[in-house]
Amino acid sequence: MSKVDYVRRPMPKQEPCERVRNFDEVALGYTAELAREEASRCLACKKPGCVQGCPVGIDIPGFIGLVAGGDFAAGIRTIKETNALPAVCGRVCPQEEQCEKECVLGKKGDPVAIGRLERFLADWEAEQGALQAPPLPAANGKRIAVIGSGPAGLTVAADLAVLGYEVTIFEALHEAGGVLTYGIPEFRMPKAIVSREVEYVQSLGVELRLDYVVGKTRTVDRLLESYDAAFVGAGAGLPWFLDIPGENLNGVYSANEYLTRCNLMRGYRFPAWDTPLKRASRVAVVGGGNVAMDSARTALRLGADEVHIVYRRSRDELPARAEEVENTEEEGVIFDFLTLPVRLIGDGRGWLAEIECRRMELGEPDSSGRRRPLEVPGSESRLRMDASICAIGNSPNPLIPMTTPGLDVGKRGNVIVDEATGLTSRERVWAGGDVVTGSATVISAMGAARRAGRSIHEKLMGGDEREAP
Amino acid sequence: MVEVVERRMIVPNLHLLTVEAPEVAESALPGNFVILRPDALGERIPLTLADWDAAAGTVTSIFVQVGASTAKLARLKAGDQIPSYAGPLGNATEIERFGTVLLVGGCYGIGSIRPVAAALTAAGNRVVVIIEARSSYLLYWEDELRAVAEKVIVITRDGSRGYKGHVRRLAEILTLEGVQPDRVIAHGCTFQMMAVSRQTLPLGLKTIVSMNPIMIDGTGMCGVCRLTVAGKTRFACVDGPEFDGHEVDWEEFLARRESYGPEEVEPLHHSGCSSRF
Repeated sequence: MSKVDYVRRPMPKQEPCERVRNFDEVALGYTAELAREEASRCLACKKPGCVQGCPVGIDIPGFIGLVAGGDFAAGIRTIKETNALPAVCGRVCPQEEQCEKECVLGKKGDPVAIGRLERFLADWEAEQGALQAPPLPAANGKRIAVIGSGPAGLTVAADLAVLGYEVTIFEALHEAGGVLTYGIPEFRMPKAIVSREVEYVQSLGVELRLDYVVGKTRTVDRLLESYDAAFVGAGAGLPWFLDIPGENLNGVYSANEYLTRCNLMRGYRFPAWDTPLKRASRVAVVGGGNVAMDSARTALRLGADEVHIVYRRSRDELPARAEEVENTEEEGVIFDFLTLPVRLIGDGRGWLAEIECRRMELGEPDSSGRRRPLEVPGSESRLRMDASICAIGNSPNPLIPMTTPGLDVGKRGNVIVDEATGLTSRERVWAGGDVVTGSATVISAMGAARRAGRSIHEKLMGGDEREAP
Repeated sequence: MVEVVERRMIVPNLHLLTVEAPEVAESALPGNFVILRPDALGERIPLTLADWDAAAGTVTSIFVQVGASTAKLARLKAGDQIPSYAGPLGNATEIERFGTVLLVGGCYGIGSIRPVAAALTAAGNRVVVIIEARSSYLLYWEDELRAVAEKVIVITRDGSRGYKGHVRRLAEILTLEGVQPDRVIAHGCTFQMMAVSRQTLPLGLKTIVSMNPIMIDGTGMCGVCRLTVAGKTRFACVDGPEFDGHEVDWEEFLARRESYGPEEVEPLHHSGCSSRF
C-alpha cells in the first residue's frame, strides 16, 4: 500500500493585490491534473464519515474515486444523484464543518478537499457544453407551487420534477437564485454559474415565474386552488440591526441592502447600470459571518481605503467559512475582535461620521457553546467611518406568514415545521430554508428542501421514501 | 415582461402609465404599490397604484419624471414591453366607516388618492378631497375625484384656481369649508404629507400618510425603506406604506430619502417641491 498523502493540493486563486481591484471570481478551481492528484489522496473508507457529514448525503468516496480515475462524466452523475446544485455547493458549503470535518485524513493532516473536487466536476461538466437533463418520467398529474427560487426552492423543484411532478417556481425578484443572486457576490459565486444551475432546473420542465410575489400577487391559499401542494422557500426577511442610537443615519446599511445593490442590481457597474452604490472610503462591517466577509470584500472592491470587520467575539468564534476568513485577511481587511458598536454618531447633516465601540472580553460558554462576550465598562473608543454595514443576520421573510392564515410561526417570525418532513401547520404546505431557520447555510436549506420533497412525494403519491431522491 | 397599454403625459412632467398585469389587477387594493423596472439595466422603482381594472387586466400609476430612471419610463409607448412589474405590494389602506374622511392629494397623489376615495365612499363615509398643485395647469382627475367624493377642494400655490397658497392653510380651509373630518389621509410628496401632519396635530385629527422612501426589493428583505415611527424602526414595504403622520420622524425620513442625491435619480414620488417653502 502506498504511503498516505496528508498534504492537500492548494487551489489556484487570484493574487490579493490583483483581485481587490475586480469582481471576478477569487478562487480559480483545480485543473484536471490537480483534481486527480487531490482525489487520489482519498482512502475510500468502508464507513465513510464524510457522507454522514453531508446534509444531502452525497456518495463522496464514490465520486472522488471516479475523479481519481479520470472518469469525470461518471463523477458528476454520481453527485447529481443527490445534489442538483454542485457548482454552488462546491463554492459556498462550509465543508470544514461538514464532510471534510469527518475525513479520517484530517486527524493527522489535511482532509481531502471534497468541496473543491465537487466544484471541479461541476465546472468540468459546464465546460463540456449544455448540462444534460436526466430522462424524465411521464407526468404524474400533480402540480407543485414552489415559492422562492433560492437554494431550497431550486432543490425541491428539481427533486419533484424528476419524479414527474409539474412544478412552478414563483420568484419575487426579477432574477432567479435567491441569496445566490442578490446576496453572495460575483467574486465568490459568479452569476453565470447561478444562471446555469437555474437553467438546468428549467430543463427538467420546471416553470419559472419572476416578479411574482406570493402572498401579494396571489396568496398561498389562492395557489392551492390549482396546485396540489406548496413549498415555501421564501428565504431571508428583514435585517436585524444592533438597536443602538444612530442606525438610521445615512451611510448605515444592512448587509442585505448593500449586497443587493451590488449583486442583484449590479451597483458596482453604476452608472452603466442605473442603481447606485456609495463609494465610501472608510467602512466598518459589523458581524463575523460569511455575509460580513462578503460585505467587507465588496467595500474594498468598490474602492474603500480602509475596511474593518467589527466583531464582538474573538477570531476562534467567527462563524464564517474558514476559506473566506483567510481570503478576507489576505485582502487587507482589518479585524477588530472583541469590539461592540454602542453608538453611531452623525456629522450633523444626517450622515455617519464615527462609530463608538466598547471592548469586550470572553466569559463562560453560553447556550451556543461559545464563550459569552461581556462588555468592559469604560472602554469606549471611536472609529472614524463614513459607512457602516450591519451583517448580524435577519429574520425570515414575513410576507407568507402575514398572508397565510393558520400558518404557525415562532417568536422570531420563523415558519414552524416538522423537522423530519418540513410540513407546516397547514395541510399541503411545506417549508424549508431561511424562512424556517433564519439565516443559515445554503446546504442546510437544500437538505431541508430535500426532506420536504420526499415528504410531499409520500403524501401525494403514497410514494415509498426509498424511491424518492 | 408586461406590455405597456398606455403612457402619456397628463400634465407637464406627470405621466400616466397603464400596463397589462392581470394578476396584479386582480389582487390590487387602495394604498398598494408596485415595483417595476423600465429596462434590463434599470432601477427597481416603486409606484403607488392610481387605478386598476380586474376585468381588463390593467393597472395604472401616475409618476413624476425627475431623473434618468423616470425618463426611461416617460419614453415608453403603447406596445412596449417592460421587464419587471411586481405587486401589488404593501398593506392596503384601512377602509372602514369612519364618518367624514378628508383626503389630501398632491402630485402623483392626486391619482393614487382616487381609489382610496372610491373605497371610503363605498364604505359609507362622507369623503372630502383636497387636491393641491403649484398652478391650475398641474391639476388632473378633478372630475374623476368628484365622481367618488362628496366635495373636491382645490389649492394652488399661485391662486390660479381654488384657494391660493399651500396645504399649510389646511386648518383654516377646513374651518372656511365647514369640514370636520374624523380621519385624514394624505398622498403626495414628503413635504406635503409632513405639512398636513403638522396642521392636523393640534386639531387632534388622526392622520394617515403614505410613505414613499427609497426601496429596492420592496418585499421585506433589504431594509433600505426603514423609518422611525413612534420611536421604533419600521419598514415601509411590509409594515406600511401607511403610517400615522403624527408618529413619523420626518427629519430623519427626509434625510434618508435624499441620501442618494447626486448619484441616484431623485426618488420618484417627488413633486419637485423642496424644503424652501
